[in-house]
Amino acid sequence: MLGIFPFVVMFLVTSIAMLRERTSGTLERLLTTPLSRPALLAGYGAAFGLAAAVQALLTVTVAATVYDLSVAGPLALVVLIAVVGAVLGVALGLLASAFARSEFQAVQFMPVIVLPQFFLCGLLVPREQMDGWLQAVSDVLPLTYAVDALQEVGRSPDPTGTMWLDLAVVAGAAVLALALAAGTLRRRTS
Amino acid sequence: MDAVVVRDLVVDRGRRRVLHGLGFTVPPGQVTGLLGPSGSGKTTLMRAVVGVQVVRSGEVTVLGEPAGSPGLRSRVGYVTQAPSVYADLTVRENVRYFAALHGRGAREADAAVVDVGLADAAHQLVVDLSGGQRGRASLACALVGDPELLVLDEPTVGLDPVLRVELWARFAALASAGTTLVVSSHVMEEAARCDRLLLLRGGDLLADTTPARLRADGRSQDLEEAFLTLVRDSERVAS
Ligand SMILES: Nc1ncnc2c1ncn2[C@@H]1O[C@H](COP(=O)(O)OP(=O)(O)OP(=O)(O)O)[C@@H](O)[C@H]1O
Ligand SMILES: [Mg+2]
Repeated sequence: MLGIFPFVVMFLVTSIAMLRERTSGTLERLLTTPLSRPALLAGYGAAFGLAAAVQALLTVTVAATVYDLSVAGPLALVVLIAVVGAVLGVALGLLASAFARSEFQAVQFMPVIVLPQFFLCGLLVPREQMDGWLQAVSDVLPLTYAVDALQEVGRSPDPTGTMWLDLAVVAGAAVLALALAAGTLRRRTS
Repeated sequence: MDAVVVRDLVVDRGRRRVLHGLGFTVPPGQVTGLLGPSGSGKTTLMRAVVGVQVVRSGEVTVLGEPAGSPGLRSRVGYVTQAPSVYADLTVRENVRYFAALHGRGAREADAAVVDVGLADAAHQLVVDLSGGQRGRASLACALVGDPELLVLDEPTVGLDPVLRVELWARFAALASAGTTLVVSSHVMEEAARCDRLLLLRGGDLLADTTPARLRADGRSQDLEEAFLTLVRDSERVAS
């Protein structure tokens, strides 16, 4: 759950913030200023990424103290994975809203992006029990790797190579999503 | 050189053709009024000039470059019809934010707030402002960039006569300092304050004129009356 919660929350927060930017007309206005699109998205990414870090830290602290979360590996790694997952949420939120041509579309994108990752990340149903094609879908959803990384930390006292690889995949997906978002955000609309 | 040159501009929105091949020029250092009834295409035309409108065909050249070019973004200011400012920031924070985007400082931002008559409300959240105040906050965010071309979509809607006169005086002052202004309105009374007039109707340019010429052509001292006469004349020619 620690992998998913920060992701979902930050995805929703980012999508809603961008939606407000759209409805208030400030997005259109920002796009007529010298501000570049990568700078706009990087700014959003950085601001929400920071919020995401704080949120992930809080979630893990509460889980460890109040709910006696116990993992074999260091808690710091759990925080790190949660933060990277949250940043992924921010990046996908920005990408979804960049793709949207209208507010309506932006709202529709939210469940389309969050739900499959939620169901197929391997937490609700272990990946081994999924149908072959569902596993294949699960393989390309970045959240799967965040959950896998957390399970690695839960199992082994020392960070494993698989865990680092998982983490790298999640971080890579976040960067890719941001880059794509910068490429798809349109200045001109009809 | 003309500040804006529009040639054969055709714009479709949804399934409808909204602008039917417009052509005109906007001279620099003047206030050009864009007037016409609701739905005539004023906002669409302004969006094309600032480069946020997908156009079907035609050319829009702004300050010598194609509309929407990256180089124009610091030279053109746009105030949308619906005030586009952040509701949960104060007036001052909003203007300072847009100032920063244009590489201007806090001093310029505070001056812009004073210019639009919001000095007393500078620390108020935008969400708590009246409609007219919100519009002026939005205007301040464009003034602060000190652009060469200002495109203002109905900036005086919802303002009392005193404020309206003040803003128009401010526009005239900006124009005499060399700024080019394109201001839309559907109040013909405001047309008198423009140097040039573009009259739109149903996506067509009805006239490219001046207040004096409109009075003569429309055979009335009252600009509203003159506009209506022009509309009737054009319908007679058409039928
Ligand atoms: N997003 C849109 N999709 C489809 N049609 C649109 C859209 N926006 C505007 N239109 C249509 O384009 C036409 C021109 O609209 P525009 O907003 O340019 O008019 P306007 O002259 O600014 O009117 P107003 O004085 O009411 O602001 C209208 O008929 C309108 O219905
Ligand atoms: Mg309009």
